[in-house]
Amino acid sequence: MPPRLNFLPLWLSTTIMQATMHTPQPATLEQAVKLGLREEEYEKIKEVLGRTPNFNEVAMYSVMWSEHCSYKNSITWLKTLPRDGERLLVKAGEENAGLVDIGDGWGCVFKIESHNHPSAIEPFQGAATGVGGIHRDIFTMGARPIAALNSLRFGKLDNPKTKWLLKGVVKGIGHYGNCFGVPTVGGEIYFEHCYQTNPLVNAMSVGVIQAGKMVSATSHGEGNPVFIVGASTGKDGIGGASFASADISENSAEQLPAVQVGDPFEEKKLLEACLEAVELNVLIGMQDMGAAGITCSTSEMSAKGEHGMIIHLDKVPTRQANMKVWEMLLSESQERMLIVVKKGREQEIEDLFKKWDIHCVQIGEVTKEPILRYYMHDELVAEVPAESLVLGGGAPIYEREYTEPKYFQEIKKFDANTIPVPADVADIAHQLVQLPNIASKRWVYEQYDSMVGTGNTHTNEPSDAAVVRVHGTQKALACTTDCNSRYVYADPYKGAMIAVSEAARNIVCSGGIPVAITNCLNFGNPYNPEVYYQFVHAIKGMGDACRKLGTPVTGGNVSFYNQSEDGPVYPTPTIGMVGVLDSVDDKMTMFFKNEGDVIYLLGTQRNDINCSEYLHHIVGISQSPAPHFDLEEEYRLQETIIQLNKAKLINSAHDLAEGGLFIALVESCMQKNTGFEITTDAAIRKDAYLFGEAQSRVIVSVSADRQQAFEAALGNQPFTKIGTVKADGHLRIDSSDWGHIRNWKKLYDEAIEKLLGV
Amino acid sequence: MKFGIIVFPGSNCDRDMMHALQDDLQQEVVMLWHKDNVLSMFTKDDCIVLPGGFSYGDYLRCGALARFSPMMEQVINFANNGGKVLGVCNGFQILCESGLLPGVLLQNDHQKFVCKNVFIKSENKENIIGKKVGGGILKIPVAHGEGRYFANAKTMEELKRNNQIVFRYCDENGEINFEANPNGAVSNVAGICNEGRNVFGMMPHPERATSNALNNIDGRLILEAFTHLN
Repeated sequence: MPPRLNFLPLWLSTTIMQATMHTPQPATLEQAVKLGLREEEYEKIKEVLGRTPNFNEVAMYSVMWSEHCSYKNSITWLKTLPRDGERLLVKAGEENAGLVDIGDGWGCVFKIESHNHPSAIEPFQGAATGVGGIHRDIFTMGARPIAALNSLRFGKLDNPKTKWLLKGVVKGIGHYGNCFGVPTVGGEIYFEHCYQTNPLVNAMSVGVIQAGKMVSATSHGEGNPVFIVGASTGKDGIGGASFASADISENSAEQLPAVQVGDPFEEKKLLEACLEAVELNVLIGMQDMGAAGITCSTSEMSAKGEHGMIIHLDKVPTRQANMKVWEMLLSESQERMLIVVKKGREQEIEDLFKKWDIHCVQIGEVTKEPILRYYMHDELVAEVPAESLVLGGGAPIYEREYTEPKYFQEIKKFDANTIPVPADVADIAHQLVQLPNIASKRWVYEQYDSMVGTGNTHTNEPSDAAVVRVHGTQKALACTTDCNSRYVYADPYKGAMIAVSEAARNIVCSGGIPVAITNCLNFGNPYNPEVYYQFVHAIKGMGDACRKLGTPVTGGNVSFYNQSEDGPVYPTPTIGMVGVLDSVDDKMTMFFKNEGDVIYLLGTQRNDINCSEYLHHIVGISQSPAPHFDLEEEYRLQETIIQLNKAKLINSAHDLAEGGLFIALVESCMQKNTGFEITTDAAIRKDAYLFGEAQSRVIVSVSADRQQAFEAALGNQPFTKIGTVKADGHLRIDSSDWGHIRNWKKLYDEAIEKLLGV
Repeated sequence: MKFGIIVFPGSNCDRDMMHALQDDLQQEVVMLWHKDNVLSMFTKDDCIVLPGGFSYGDYLRCGALARFSPMMEQVINFANNGGKVLGVCNGFQILCESGLLPGVLLQNDHQKFVCKNVFIKSENKENIIGKKVGGGILKIPVAHGEGRYFANAKTMEELKRNNQIVFRYCDENGEINFEANPNGAVSNVAGICNEGRNVFGMMPHPERATSNALNNIDGRLILEAFTHLN
């Protein structure tokens, strides 16, 4: 047994450590800087410890104080986001993910996280482990994941590297999710030049849990045993958190060991075993090992429970012999959990994990003194106060400077009057329907199992957000991810408001009530004041929209340093939102149903082509202001749709997004091969009428005999009756026949496959 | 009559099958752990189901390890004594690996996992499923990376002669053609049975199509074929 140091004051235990610890030499400033720490951070560590840290300890601080774990450059602003709401049972940052009350004794746990840098250099494993990691965040709380979503950004699709990245990322997401057995129910993909070197891979998981079953990521109770369960610890992913906290470059591929390798089969077993462990009622706390592995889980659990731990690293099952101490402390090997069990109940836990053929090894115990002590063959190799490592404890917090980006001047110069209205709008429409940002993502989503779990109603009857029923209840969840980053680039404040609003709009159009968001904040280097300006203003916009729409932030992830030699990516604050349907029967779908149904546009048509797919990718103007958006107008529109749903007055609802009214109409026709007949408004330029992306607009279809009741229910909501649904499948605009929906659908469905050359 | 659903460590459609049989078809269901090796509570009236998933991770070959599990020995005995067995997706792969059904499931011809609704139709009425379904066209989802049924010419000849082909992929109008085949399966084969007509394997997932909430109940007929709802 190692010397018991529990009750010794820090200075004394330090002395003992120096006497017994032979191998770890004090670390130099140079070593600390190499690990990604700043000079003042190295000095701060010395101050905390009252001595010079050894190499193991510096390595631990370097990952725990990296941006990825500490949020040191973002937390000041994140705290300004609304984090309260009557439905929130666990607030942002308190646990691995937020917990929202969905009624009837059930809660929903959900979170989104980035895996951008690993996916940039090893797309298959990078994306796969991104999926695995986010699911672990959910089931580590005792919830069963029931839906996965993802939000992806790549460079231009005609680039061979983009094709390689897209194929790898999609295969990785499918590989992990399909085997793990959670349906991928939704997501989004955009292709823009700014993501050429630095793609974005954001994965979201949504789980459900019965009230009172939540497991906390905490550790307390002196003498309680600490177990590591799951996969063996290997050298993969060492320093992944630090890797994620630096710019990406040509040399990044040399960091390949920083990418983790995933095993969805192991994780599936781990899921089932952990959920069974919850039922045993023997757990004090549980936390998954993601970024910074053993270091992060031991320190965060201990800090939360205000206790310490003794950990014997030599007991950790390893994948290879002779792993160094710091390698074990930092390893990001996947599919591992740290659990703290009530003393005396060890056998039950060991038996349970044996049933699932999963490693379950006691590696230490909880101590009263809030110090973490790590031993290797009875030799003390690292010793740090738990609190000093973590966010909210000793981790540094910085306030960064910001200045308005210079490119704003270019954007302000844009004048739509210099863009002539095209003579042949039908030709533009044909191009638009095939743009990769608009065209069907069929090639992608058919590689994902969208139906396992028999909860997802989206595959058979699509709606703007995926509606997933919760087994054992009448309820369903509406889930979506949204962010048009071009709008955020043009106007970070407005663009972020639009991202939140679009997510909520998708949910109300699906029959749900929006309840909360999780965010994945993908930005460039925070030390660049123009990037930080984007970040600050996006947070302000997100906060304002979330307050207005009543959707607090439950947590999420910040991913800085998304930039390469080409410059930063578009600021991309991806919103993952969940809404609740009290009954799955309340679901509203997005497609036209019956001949003669009347098509209404809710919202206001405007002379606005700003920032549209049409302007950007067909006209070729990359700098224009964000499209029209007004938060009050948006709020009123969403309230109207909620009321219309309640009154059962509409047969379909679909929001206008990229590609504007025309694309929304075509998408509404695809499910049942219907057509439409509409009339445009001569007062509005035709390209703006059909392809403009002014916000806060939704098309709904209404049975002809309910028009009166429908219009009466609209109150002050602006609307236009624009046409009718036709069963013959022909698209008619101002009496001109634009052909059959089948032809449009073929172009839409096959565009990405053609570009990929598959 | 009751169903026994075998849970391998990587099964992920076991709960879906349970929900379909219990909630939608009101059948009695017993969940069976792969390490157990007792099927004595099941009679010839009952049905053992091998659900979809990735049994043991399937890193070697789908179903290749599951066949060696203690429970599979029992399933083989149960089937050889005339007990009814249904394998869906990974369950079908396991049945082929363990020799209860002829042929193999190979990687899809397009080399990708595929999940979507497909149409299938029953080939003959010489088995309990065919009798129940008739010649009807059913919309049933598939979700697999290795679902391309293959058997050599001699075996295919036997399957046809013995009326062992249960389902073939077709289009929504019932036409059996290349476009309707989601994986390149020989002769569009989606499901087969053994000569004794008590062991069935199919790639499409009937348990994903038994609920009104999901707007597809075409799978009910297939599962009802094993019950007293005939």
